[in-house]
Amino acid sequence: MTGILVVLPVVGPLLAAAALLAWPARPLLRRVTGLAVSGLVFVTAICLLAVVRSGTVLTVRIGGWAAVVAIRFAVDVFTGLMLCAVALVVLGCLASAAGTGQDRHPFFVPLALVLAAGANGALLTVDLFNLFVLIEVMLVPSYVLLALRGQARDVRAGRVYVATNLLASTLLLAGVGLLYGVHGSVQLNELVGAARESSRVAAAGGVVLVALAVKSAVVPVHAWLPRSYSEAPPVVVALFSGLLTKVGLYALIRVFAVLYGGSADHQWVIGAAALASMLVGVLGAVGEHSMRRVLSFHMVSQIGYVLLGLALFTHESLAAAIFYLVQYILVKTALFLCTAAVHADRGTDRLVALGGLAMTRPVLAAAFAGAALSLAGLPPFSGFLAKFLLIKAAAAGGAWVAVAVALGVSLLTLTSMLKVWGSVFWGLPGAARPAATGWRPQAWATLPALTLAVATLLLGLAGQQLLILSEAAATGLTNPTEYLAAVLR
Amino acid sequence: MTAAALLVGLLTAAGVFLVLRGSQLRLIIGFILLGHAVNVLLLSAGVLRWRVPAFADGGLDRADPLPQAFTLTAIVISFGITIYLLGLLRTGGAEASVIEPDPADDDGPTNRPTEVRDRDET
Repeated sequence: MTGILVVLPVVGPLLAAAALLAWPARPLLRRVTGLAVSGLVFVTAICLLAVVRSGTVLTVRIGGWAAVVAIRFAVDVFTGLMLCAVALVVLGCLASAAGTGQDRHPFFVPLALVLAAGANGALLTVDLFNLFVLIEVMLVPSYVLLALRGQARDVRAGRVYVATNLLASTLLLAGVGLLYGVHGSVQLNELVGAARESSRVAAAGGVVLVALAVKSAVVPVHAWLPRSYSEAPPVVVALFSGLLTKVGLYALIRVFAVLYGGSADHQWVIGAAALASMLVGVLGAVGEHSMRRVLSFHMVSQIGYVLLGLALFTHESLAAAIFYLVQYILVKTALFLCTAAVHADRGTDRLVALGGLAMTRPVLAAAFAGAALSLAGLPPFSGFLAKFLLIKAAAAGGAWVAVAVALGVSLLTLTSMLKVWGSVFWGLPGAARPAATGWRPQAWATLPALTLAVATLLLGLAGQQLLILSEAAATGLTNPTEYLAAVLR
Repeated sequence: MTAAALLVGLLTAAGVFLVLRGSQLRLIIGFILLGHAVNVLLLSAGVLRWRVPAFADGGLDRADPLPQAFTLTAIVISFGITIYLLGLLRTGGAEASVIEPDPADDDGPTNRPTEVRDRDET
């Protein structure tokens, strides 16, 4: 029974996508199927999290093959948390796409479902080669989604994205090959602490980490993200921001924790990349003039916060990083869905052309304000708790430079969010086309963003539960014996 | 082993050179070469010089099957993506998609204020 639950997040969306492609359905049926399957995956993820929260690890060997060749999935608390967050993002994006009419193309829903299946699979797998394959399963639909509207502008923007990700995938595959060559296995349970013992494994693992860093847009390999995300359709950007870079980040954390496991020789590299990401991302956002570009640069900055928790590699800092990652996925998706609603309403997301939305769209303004304040880290939203935990862990580790950078970057984030708020929601209506009338389309476009913004408020007020789960997940990373014993079975 | 290393180096160098050229077709060919380089690398990872065989009863005269399976999977994936890239190059985005384009949709570069005025006139 649990075996079915573990594979359902991958198999369910794939089968639904295949069915939708095989039998072209009416738009309404596509919408309902997509939402129903995503809802089912979300419920499954909650069930899995409830089972593994006590510390047990669920595993499944697909087809019952021998351990060497079987495709194996495992769920621990970290995986369960990420599955829940990703499922919520997919649900929100599909609902928002339905609300803003972005899912009119017959391939949109099937492609989004394949993307979700690949992301879930990448979270579940315990084998680095299967990680590569599932990341490809996730990326291929994303290449198509970017160019789905078939406009020359989309294809041009897609080129940078496709080229960068192809290069990163090639690098990842080379890293996996090198790792297999020097160690004889690419299964996580046989790689524990291998990089601490052998410098050859450390070098091969470094190639894997660099490839994953490109995929998660860590400075200095971040420049592709603001360039390509700012041109893509807004709902697609929300989907990408919630899934693609976050899966890369998850894999980065998992691989570093397993392979290097707190090796002091390598931590400083992650730490330097984390601080550079925080600073470069937030400073890059200052000079930008569209909502998507500002938010894309902030993604780079927030990824730095999560990496800071990984670089410190104490139990507290890892728990803070996981807490940060989970709440940040929801916050960022809420912000991008607000952008999608603004874009659907006014036809643009350029700051100069917008204004006065707080009067015409008060609910949307409230959703944006909540998510933006959470991103900047103000109480009572979840971002405050996440930053507090992270800075506390950094101070406990004596990393005072990191504390100073984290605080300064938070302040700059707030300034940047105020700039967006001031030009989009306050002031006089800009030159963009007037808002559509009627409450129904507005409500459907706003509801997903509002739901996610309320979720981040609730996580801030009742963060204890998520914190307990994050600490259990951190235990799985610092002391992976339980995870690995289960995987060996 | 040396031949494989040289081959990987040559393919990577040629691939990187082509990727860094400005044209889309050269980019695609460059990625094909890089993909070949990685495939040779994966195959040479199956040489049993410095570790125990995957199957204990197989003996040292049998190659490790797992890297071959890896390579096969990688070839299939890179083949599919190459076809998609070539298709993208062929259409160049000029072909109209299934849905009608949204006339008021404005995703242009950020610093073109004339666009706003143009749309107001229409």
